[in-house]
Amino acid sequence: MSVARRSSAGVAWLFLAPYLVLFGTFVLAPIVLGLWISLHSWDFTLPGKPFVGLDNYVDLFSSGSVSFEPFWNSMQATGIFTVFSVPLLIVVPLAVALAMNQKFRGRNIFRAVFFAPYVLGVAVVGVVWRFLLDRNIGAVNNYLGTIGLPDATAWLSSLPAAWVALVGVTVWWTLGFNAVIYLAGLQDISAELYDAAKVDGAGSWASFWHVTLPSLRPVTMFVTLITIIASANMFGQSFIMTNGAPGQDTRTAIFYIAETGLQNFQMGEAAAASWILTLFLMLLSVLVFGFFRLRGGTEAS
Amino acid sequence: MIKALRYTVLVVLTALFISPLVFVLLTSFKSAREAVQTPPTWIPNPFTTQAYERILTASDTPVFRWFLNSMLAATANAVLVVVTASLAAYALARLDFRGKKIVFALIVSTLFVPPVILVIPNYEIVGRLFWLDTLLAIIVPTAASAFGVFFLNQFFASLPLELEESAFLDGATRWQVFTKVVLPLSKPALATLALLSFLTNWNDFLWPVYVLFSPENQTLQAGLSTLQSANSVRYDLLMAGAVVASVPVLLLYLLAQRFVIEGVSRSGLKG
Repeated sequence: MSVARRSSAGVAWLFLAPYLVLFGTFVLAPIVLGLWISLHSWDFTLPGKPFVGLDNYVDLFSSGSVSFEPFWNSMQATGIFTVFSVPLLIVVPLAVALAMNQKFRGRNIFRAVFFAPYVLGVAVVGVVWRFLLDRNIGAVNNYLGTIGLPDATAWLSSLPAAWVALVGVTVWWTLGFNAVIYLAGLQDISAELYDAAKVDGAGSWASFWHVTLPSLRPVTMFVTLITIIASANMFGQSFIMTNGAPGQDTRTAIFYIAETGLQNFQMGEAAAASWILTLFLMLLSVLVFGFFRLRGGTEAS
Repeated sequence: MIKALRYTVLVVLTALFISPLVFVLLTSFKSAREAVQTPPTWIPNPFTTQAYERILTASDTPVFRWFLNSMLAATANAVLVVVTASLAAYALARLDFRGKKIVFALIVSTLFVPPVILVIPNYEIVGRLFWLDTLLAIIVPTAASAFGVFFLNQFFASLPLELEESAFLDGATRWQVFTKVVLPLSKPALATLALLSFLTNWNDFLWPVYVLFSPENQTLQAGLSTLQSANSVRYDLLMAGAVVASVPVLLLYLLAQRFVIEGVSRSGLKG
């Protein structure tokens, strides 16, 4: 009798029950409820929640409505942030991982240091960098001045400096996370591949290009996907560092959704907005997936 | 020669990378005036713990209370995740029942659902449960960890069946096999999941900012933004707050680095 057959199905459901209660209540039900809310004029604090059909979606797509501009402004902010942060968060951590993959003294200490900021919360990271990037008393402007660069940049309230700050801080904060994933990928590449490349006369650059990069493709795809999703969900950095300034230019989509739904209690509209953002994200994920598949296909043939 | 040069470059870059955190730690021991002095100083003169004394006792920003809240919430959340996910993952890895494939597929597919979709409806649900402005709102909803089930399911499936078989031959019940054979063998995986859950919950920001209102009910992360609005130019206080909010996670990280880094690199899904 196999291990699996020793117990009745009832036992299995007992094991599953505690998790399924949580999962049903806080994951499955909300997905459906979110759609339902998005079809209503839904204010948590009011008793009446009239059904409005697709009006919330129509509003978000019609240029005359009150919500059109702030919503698409915030989508644009999320877009800008994603476009600039994702490539950096794909390339810089790879460089760090390649360095950490060499043998040298104290390698584990270096690795620990590069990962350390990631264990800090976004609130800590935001508060800390708001201080360091302060236009007048911040250490960053002070040291830039010392080496002869402009020393009065308004990092948190002017463009494009605010984007440089938000992207830069995010790269500093999360590069260790991506680097660790790359590092695991690098350690999985078999030494034989490098040996074979050497026999074929490949230098270190050629073996990086023809062995390392192709072998890392699945890892790179994974890093790209999770980084896009993380960047598109950016909230805390803008909430704490710039509070959306200048104007609402750095207010991201999540920031807009949270403010609209959980502060102004226009939950129907916020739920609709979060569905639009989600569809964008899923579309993007499919595109990224397709891109890596396509590249894989042509190289294999 | 080139090797030494490369090593030097690496040391300099690493020092530069971590210098903001060192500067912040030092600033938290400065006087209010020295904290905003230009050019900035590195070594506090005089060295003072004023900032800590002030924030830990202030009534509108009770940082010590926030610390306890965060500790309680993150611990309870980690326990809840490990208990519910290990039970479910074991059933999915080792038991036969109708609908198993569907349940597993349903759980795994939610790994790809962007969490933003849950925020608005979960606020409504938590409100209906009368959990708004309580720690239950921080502890329970995020404990439904699809990642945890997926992660432990893979681990349990990789354990050798013989040990469980022989326990059954010795007359053990399913529950005994799970608690006396499987769980002890899974300590590293359980520790990794507990640690990642604790870190994630401790650092969660958007959700606590909106579901907790009273000053005494904040978590440290949400509290930091209250602290910032209350003392926007008192950088000595803000940096002391940032240090208090970071010390537990940094300590955990230093003590259990292997679990944190391996957990991330093996799965990477927690992001």
